[in-house]
Amino acid sequence: MPKLNMVQAINLALHEEMERDESVVLLGEDIGPDEGVFRVTAGLWKKFGARRVLDTPLAESGIVGAAIGMALGGLRPVAEIQFSGFSMLALPQLEGNASRYRSRTQGRHSVPMVVRMPYGGGVRALEHHSESKEAIFGHIPGLRVVIPSTPRNARALLLAAIRDPDPVVFMEPKHSYRAFKEEVPEEPEVMPLGKAHVALEGEDLTLVVWGALLRPALAAAQAVRDARGARVEVLDLLSINPLDGEAIAASVKKTGRCVVAQEAARHLGLGSEVIARINDEALMYLEAPVGRLTHFDVVTPYFGRELSYMPNAARIEEAVLETLDF
Amino acid sequence: MPTTELGTFSVSSMQILDEEGRLDESLEPELTDEQRLGLYRGMLLAREVDQRMLKLQRQGRLGTFAPSTGQEASSCGAALAMRESDWFVPSFREFPGALMRGAPIEATLLYHNGYEEGNVFDGSPRTLPVAVIVGSQLLHAVGLGHAMKQKGEDSAVVTFFGDGATSQGDFHEALNFASVWQAPVVFFCQNNQWAISLPRDKQTRSRTLAQKAIAYEMPGVQVDGNDALAVYRATKEALDRARSGGGPTLIEAVTYRLMMHTTADDPTKYRTEEEVQAWWRKDPLVRYRRYLESRGLWDGGRQEALEAEIRAEVEAAVKRFEERKDFKIDEPFDHVFGARDQGIEAQRRAFLDRIEAEASRA
Repeated sequence: MPKLNMVQAINLALHEEMERDESVVLLGEDIGPDEGVFRVTAGLWKKFGARRVLDTPLAESGIVGAAIGMALGGLRPVAEIQFSGFSMLALPQLEGNASRYRSRTQGRHSVPMVVRMPYGGGVRALEHHSESKEAIFGHIPGLRVVIPSTPRNARALLLAAIRDPDPVVFMEPKHSYRAFKEEVPEEPEVMPLGKAHVALEGEDLTLVVWGALLRPALAAAQAVRDARGARVEVLDLLSINPLDGEAIAASVKKTGRCVVAQEAARHLGLGSEVIARINDEALMYLEAPVGRLTHFDVVTPYFGRELSYMPNAARIEEAVLETLDF
Repeated sequence: MPTTELGTFSVSSMQILDEEGRLDESLEPELTDEQRLGLYRGMLLAREVDQRMLKLQRQGRLGTFAPSTGQEASSCGAALAMRESDWFVPSFREFPGALMRGAPIEATLLYHNGYEEGNVFDGSPRTLPVAVIVGSQLLHAVGLGHAMKQKGEDSAVVTFFGDGATSQGDFHEALNFASVWQAPVVFFCQNNQWAISLPRDKQTRSRTLAQKAIAYEMPGVQVDGNDALAVYRATKEALDRARSGGGPTLIEAVTYRLMMHTTADDPTKYRTEEEVQAWWRKDPLVRYRRYLESRGLWDGGRQEALEAEIRAEVEAAVKRFEERKDFKIDEPFDHVFGARDQGIEAQRRAFLDRIEAEASRA
């Protein structure tokens, strides 16, 4: 099995799916000869040509709106938004149309498209290049929101997203793009959408994370084990909408303690919903209040101060210990 | 260095039938008598449905809707120029054209009475439902056009919108994308002079809306939108060009919204009765009827017979609409995703339990 980083793994999935299915087309800014600002579309324009790899004018609503039409017309568009911060310009099309054609027509029409976007902080980028806005998309019924965390699941989830009959916002944790490599199977692997993954098994506490926080969460779990011998279960959500409430409840019922960590701002973040699900389904199993580690309810600062505001392995470890010691 | 002139631009306007029904024979489109009569029937049916819906709404038997009276020539003339394999991408005031393309009358009644079932009917699968967000559908038209081109179909797309939509970003993005991609799309602007309360001259300083095409290097033409023949001709030319690889066209149909924006609105607050009356004298149905008469295709007897036929047709549709009761209460849960989700299914069960409990208490 080849060892790939996340950029290479996503690129592999695009190659595989474009070869497998003629109706798959890519569109976005600078994805052709320039191969995307993060090089995610490397080699695709050369291989499949400008007919299937479309460099678009600079307009995010235009990209997503046109992709909706392509999907209605029988293609399988995979749109790239250069940075998730700019996806807010496409929000009216995602919320107002992509998520609604199925219900609007009671299933007569649907919008099988993927909107890929790099998101998240820690890469010393300009304003609007470091946010985590998954809760905004996740709140929209009819819109799937997927966040991979490793090269292998990025490839497998992207294949599933492209084959899915519904619109999928595919948020790629750009901090993890080149941070590590992982073995990826030779044969295309497809993971089901909507399922969380137990990244590390444990009995003493459930640590719920997604995206780029998976690695610091695993590091924190190891540190807690080394220091206390406590075994932390790390649950990687992978799907933001729908949320795998069963997996959350099952894990918390087993461990009795939970910490949820997110890069996003605190208020109305996904962590709030995770806690609400535990309240609904596993409250009586809790031995401590659910801990919550988040960004703050401030506008994401420029990168000079960025790291001071973000969760990291040490902060996750501290939150886990607090909940264990309650 | 002297300045160099890089281009000069002009915009033209077309009228074939004037307000008195006089015909410019040199421009008269080639149509069969069946098409000529079908177009009239479509316009008269739309007018009857519109006026019937207005009464139903006032009687509390229908929800809010956007009347189309006065704009029938634009909507139906454009629809007549389309093939069934072309995509019809409407705004919320386009049911005249949708009816022409085979949408049943009950569909518009159901839609305007709050049921998604109004967007689901047999036949005409390429007649899309209304996208309410103004101008957002123009981009779908571009994507559809690109998809048709990519798949090697010679189908094209006509998308409809009003003068207000030309201020939206999506309008400009759509025209730009369509032009760059040379997508087979006809952008059909129903310039009905009013975007709710905002008059055309406060919407944009541009002297015409058609000229907005110039910036995108595509043909832009203005037509008398109350002249069904001019509308048909302009749309047909644009569709022929689109099909043969000539790219998109912007058509500005100059017409008038004779009724309110929607039934929730009182237009006497912002426009004069004189203005409205002046446009009633340009009624698209009257002039087109004169045209049919001048060709020996129409007379008072046929008019009476058609009116009676259409009234009966509309009445029958209203009856079917009002008798329809098979609205599955949990239908929305069926259409969140293509695949069932356990969390949504759990919510469905809780919802149905609540509905049942409430029904048993009542």
